[in-house]
Amino acid sequence: MSASSDSTGAGNSRGLIAWIDARFPMTKLWKEQVAEYYAPKNFNFWYFFGSLAMLVLVNQIVTGIFLTMDYKPNAAEAFGSVQYIMNDVEWGWLIRYMHTTGASAFFIVVYLHMFRGLMYGSARKPRELIWIFGCLIFVLLMAEAFMGYVLPWGNMSFWGAQVITSLFGSLPVIGGSLLEWIRGDYVIADATLNRFFALHVAALPLALIFLVIAHLMALHEVGSNNPDGIEIKKLKGPDGHPLDGIPFHPYYTVKDMVGVAGFLLIFCAVIFFAPTFGGFFLEKANFTPANPLLTPPDITPVWYFTPFYAMLRAVPSFAGTQVWGVLVMGSAIVILFFVPWLDRSPVKSIRYKGPIYKIMLTLFVLSFITLGDVGMHPPAGIYPLLARIGTAVYFAFFLLMPWYTKIDRVKPVPERVTGHA
Amino acid sequence: MLKRLLLIAAILVPCGAALAQEASFPLQHVHTNINDVQSLQRGARDFMNYCSGCHSLRYLRYERMAKDLQIPLPLLKENLMLTSTKPLDHILSAMPAKDAVKWFGVAPPDLTLMARYMGKDYIYSFLKGFYADKTRLWGVNNLYKPNVAMPFVLATLQGVQKPVYKSVTDSSGHTRMQLVGVAPGTGGSMTPAQYDEFVTDITNFLNYTAEPIKAERRSLGVYVMLFLALFFVLTYLLKKEYWKDVH
Repeated sequence: MSASSDSTGAGNSRGLIAWIDARFPMTKLWKEQVAEYYAPKNFNFWYFFGSLAMLVLVNQIVTGIFLTMDYKPNAAEAFGSVQYIMNDVEWGWLIRYMHTTGASAFFIVVYLHMFRGLMYGSARKPRELIWIFGCLIFVLLMAEAFMGYVLPWGNMSFWGAQVITSLFGSLPVIGGSLLEWIRGDYVIADATLNRFFALHVAALPLALIFLVIAHLMALHEVGSNNPDGIEIKKLKGPDGHPLDGIPFHPYYTVKDMVGVAGFLLIFCAVIFFAPTFGGFFLEKANFTPANPLLTPPDITPVWYFTPFYAMLRAVPSFAGTQVWGVLVMGSAIVILFFVPWLDRSPVKSIRYKGPIYKIMLTLFVLSFITLGDVGMHPPAGIYPLLARIGTAVYFAFFLLMPWYTKIDRVKPVPERVTGHA
Repeated sequence: MLKRLLLIAAILVPCGAALAQEASFPLQHVHTNINDVQSLQRGARDFMNYCSGCHSLRYLRYERMAKDLQIPLPLLKENLMLTSTKPLDHILSAMPAKDAVKWFGVAPPDLTLMARYMGKDYIYSFLKGFYADKTRLWGVNNLYKPNVAMPFVLATLQGVQKPVYKSVTDSSGHTRMQLVGVAPGTGGSMTPAQYDEFVTDITNFLNYTAEPIKAERRSLGVYVMLFLALFFVLTYLLKKEYWKDVH
């Protein structure tokens, strides 16, 4: 404190801030990123999911740290340690349910966030990098969720890990050794659990936090898109701020609080009244310890992976290898990265796009939901056919986008944003 | 469309199951109440007397059970702790797993989480599903777990039910006897209604052990929801106030 000579009595806090600002850009960062970050004033319901994703990330990190204090990453003790958390650790049950429900909530929020991007053209120039960072976050999130799912070492953890890791084994030439390298053993075993724990609690969260920061820095560099898909920076007032912009703080901090409250109402309803969510968030088959000799009747991943799992199974084996399904599933994720360049429409937002885009986006959503349902059922009866139709529609949405966005009829885009919520 | 899909799934799933096992019976539904402490206490007593010789509740401690079920410690020690003297111990059966495999072919499964793994309807149905079958080692089989390895330890209560067969002709013209259900047996000390209550109590108790916090979780949840509803209204009003000057 001695360094700030002007700090006397009531001026102490200001003096402290000045002292810090002379050494670290605290006030500058606050202004640039929050208080004087001008966001479009017409954000609607769909714009809650960015801040909610942050909230869920924090929830996962904080509850995860507390789970780590009592969890044992050891094939002999893991399952029991989870029950110990549930029954013996003070509030352990709440911490665990917050974490397991948070995992599903993360995907719900992120899927809606991505859908928002597709609706309003948020990936388009100049926001390509924001979108790409977002896609990378999605990929890491899937890896993070998969490895987290293995940790309780229930029977579905074990067999899910068996199935998903074996996908890498189907790759030509390197498959076998890659599989061994991932598992750390010839089968899913203690070594696998140990390394998945390391990746789940250290490596992937670190990478996720880094990417989220990059995602936000890129966003605040170019400015947010909005439901009209208009660049608000084009029209500035005499004060140099966008005419259609308002400071993020306090306007969107108070608005996002409403979103947080609404989200928590649903989130806590699940935690306190339906933590397994009818077997969707916590699967029945995972309430028995991992058993290499007891294969569950159906091995299905958790709901958020089932659309991709359905695409994996939609492709039959060909030329003596199953690798085609793996490639199709991988492409379904990789293709997301190219959205900024696939969309050739002169307008960004669905509000001014023509009927073809609206139909295609609807079909895409329907195919994704259908695939999600298909992935939960054994591939028999009508399901393989539905899986193939769903896969075809999923890819058609992306691959035909350069064509149908160009020929689609568009409406004129207004100069200013239309209204606010 | 979705309804049709669900219907197709509902038809297909039992088909697959029928291939694996000869007969598959729909589970009987049980109504249990996690807040009915007396039922839970009876279930605990009956579990300790009839089940705990072979089955453990390895993730639950005696003391926790006593606290949740409002059983005084002296009563617990005297009547319910058959394999241990320390209330903080987990509820473990006295049977060594190695010997169990020798005697029954499999080690009796731990039952702490059975209600979450197989569902409470399964436990209820299973305990009501034993019937006489001379081809089996212990002279009994089970409608809901064909070729079960467990002897029917509740035979003195329910009596041993008799299987009911019906002759069916399959598509290739062969006629065979198919198990279609069971008929009440003799030799049990309980009436069917008494046995039903007995099984319901044990099911209720195992539903408790699968998630001891369940009752508290739900009652706490009500307050959490009330708080959040209030929080939602306050944040909404705050937002409205701040946004007055945005045009």
